[in-house]
Amino acid sequence: MKLHEYQSKQIFSKYSIPIPSGQVAATASEAKQIAAELGGRVVIKSQVLVGGRGKAGGIRLAKNPQEAQELATQILAMDIKGLPVRKVLVDEAASIETEIYLGVTNDRAARKPVMMASSAGGVDIEEVARTSPEKIARVHIDPLLGLRDYQTRDLAYGIDLPREQWRAFGQIAHGLWQAYKDCDANLAEINPLVITAEKHLLAVDGKMVIDDNALFRHPDLAEMRDLDEEAGAETEARKYGLSFIKLDGQIGCMVNGAGLAMATMDIIKLFGGEPANFLDIGGGASSDKVAAALRIILADPNVKVVLINIFGGITRCDEVARGIVTALQEVKVQAPMVVRLVGTNAEEGRQILANARMVTADTLAGAAQQAIQAAQRG
Amino acid sequence: MSILVDKNTRLLVQGITGNEGLFHTEQMVDYGTNVVAGTSPGKGGEWVLDGKIPVFDSVKFAVEATGANASVVFVPARFAPDAIFESADAGIPLIVCITEGIPVQDMMRVRNYLDQRGARLVGPNCPGLLTPGEAKVGIIPGNIAIPGIVGVVSRSGTLTYEVLYALMEVGLGASTCVGIGGDPINGTSFIDCLGMFEADPHTEKVVLIGEIGGTDEEKAAEFIADQMTKPVVAFIAGQTAPPGKRMGHAGAIVEGGSGLAADKIKALEAVGVRVARHPEEIAGLLL
Repeated sequence: MKLHEYQSKQIFSKYSIPIPSGQVAATASEAKQIAAELGGRVVIKSQVLVGGRGKAGGIRLAKNPQEAQELATQILAMDIKGLPVRKVLVDEAASIETEIYLGVTNDRAARKPVMMASSAGGVDIEEVARTSPEKIARVHIDPLLGLRDYQTRDLAYGIDLPREQWRAFGQIAHGLWQAYKDCDANLAEINPLVITAEKHLLAVDGKMVIDDNALFRHPDLAEMRDLDEEAGAETEARKYGLSFIKLDGQIGCMVNGAGLAMATMDIIKLFGGEPANFLDIGGGASSDKVAAALRIILADPNVKVVLINIFGGITRCDEVARGIVTALQEVKVQAPMVVRLVGTNAEEGRQILANARMVTADTLAGAAQQAIQAAQRG
Repeated sequence: MSILVDKNTRLLVQGITGNEGLFHTEQMVDYGTNVVAGTSPGKGGEWVLDGKIPVFDSVKFAVEATGANASVVFVPARFAPDAIFESADAGIPLIVCITEGIPVQDMMRVRNYLDQRGARLVGPNCPGLLTPGEAKVGIIPGNIAIPGIVGVVSRSGTLTYEVLYALMEVGLGASTCVGIGGDPINGTSFIDCLGMFEADPHTEKVVLIGEIGGTDEEKAAEFIADQMTKPVVAFIAGQTAPPGKRMGHAGAIVEGGSGLAADKIKALEAVGVRVARHPEEIAGLLL
């Protein structure tokens, strides 16, 4: 779950990381009022959960409250990469001398958190890693011990930070580590962390991504979820314990198990079709889950055919077939369907579906080809 | 023969009185697995499955009483890390965690602690292990595989079952099937299993089933080139997965251009691994 910049910076602030004075506005007049209260120049920043806000014109500098209102009006009317701007952050403008990067994230390969600093702040860290990896300093953190003081100095040294900033940098690094740990973040980053003309460190922009699996112990963070972040159907699917991701093709897919669901999408593509979605209904494939999955798949107007691919293990294929037949009494499906069952009692399962006048396939390759042909006809 | 689990495995089930734990305990016992004990804090002294299996309050008591030498965890995600720590501290050398949805930072602490203790974790978010004819530890259906010479290691669940079933249909059996799980941080990697299969005299060929996310398949390719003499056949799921989206498994995500299926396939093919275009081709590549 991604947090907005203003949410991330509010959390950072609780960990004694200095952030600019500022407030969130949902209307241009609010933005004007905040700018007036702050006095002087302000930055109007769109709050949407995508990168590249600046390039899209979603971050603008205003010299006075009147200009703040005008720019907020423009920005609040924008769509950035398909996401409508509903809020802007109005921040006091900082006098920026140097921009650096500081972030902590999970390093899968090392199986430890890694803290990274870079002298090239203000740009995407992945871009820096590609173009000038020598500008990134890294320390791996023992998850049982936490960040050590010397590691923050190693980072400061690694990015040629002036000595007089080391102490403040160390405090910010500790705050960021603690915020990452306490919030069960997958990512906590300050980009840029600036050195101001007054030689102070200031977290001008911030980003946090929270581990969805840890939200059970963070009800306060769970409430911050912005449903604009994901497609409505994905939210709907989650309610039923289904894992769904919309794609652009015509062949709707319903599969039990994530790996098999990916393999099903891949084989459709391999034979020249395009999958409309990823959908994992989980292990059992009960009739209520099948019904919910069908409703979600068929809500996509691009879907011309539905391919169901189920491996029956402990839940046998005949039980799965009965579940599908029951679900079809509840959900009326106009689109043709191709069902492929394999595993325990597959023969019995196929017979039940054939009796219900459904198209069945013995192999995944055969099912994919039948679905592609049906999509081309439809 | 086999790796990790066999007929000498004395299995403890953590969370044995829960719905999932009890159901799968019965399946494992029916398969012939030597399930010696279960734990359920507060229910010590009870028995399950018609008095066949004793329940203990703690792993320590269970180990003392029964000599359990492996554990399988069916405890909900919020309690599972503690269950794993408990088994490790009780000296259990092999811990298999089926539970899905454990927070990543918990797993980093678990993994680093277990490495210090010298305990092996398989999973989490995995179907467990099956040594056909000897032991089933976890939730892999017992009737979809026969004993044989193919070692199977996979990040997936049903996709693995599919492959085991296809092997059985052409008369190929498995030495052991290991589901290492779909989480970004897990206990046992492809390399660990490849090394064990290489050392197991009864495994002649290996099937590796990977997916998008991380770089474990690339590391496996390096290991295969450097240290494997047995042929490996692979399949990688997720070629059509959009970047930045988690495809069901917490670990199945292409991030910042890393974890792409195409890169994994390229790395494996470069070291002579035959990569199936779809799962139904795997059995053919082994014959």
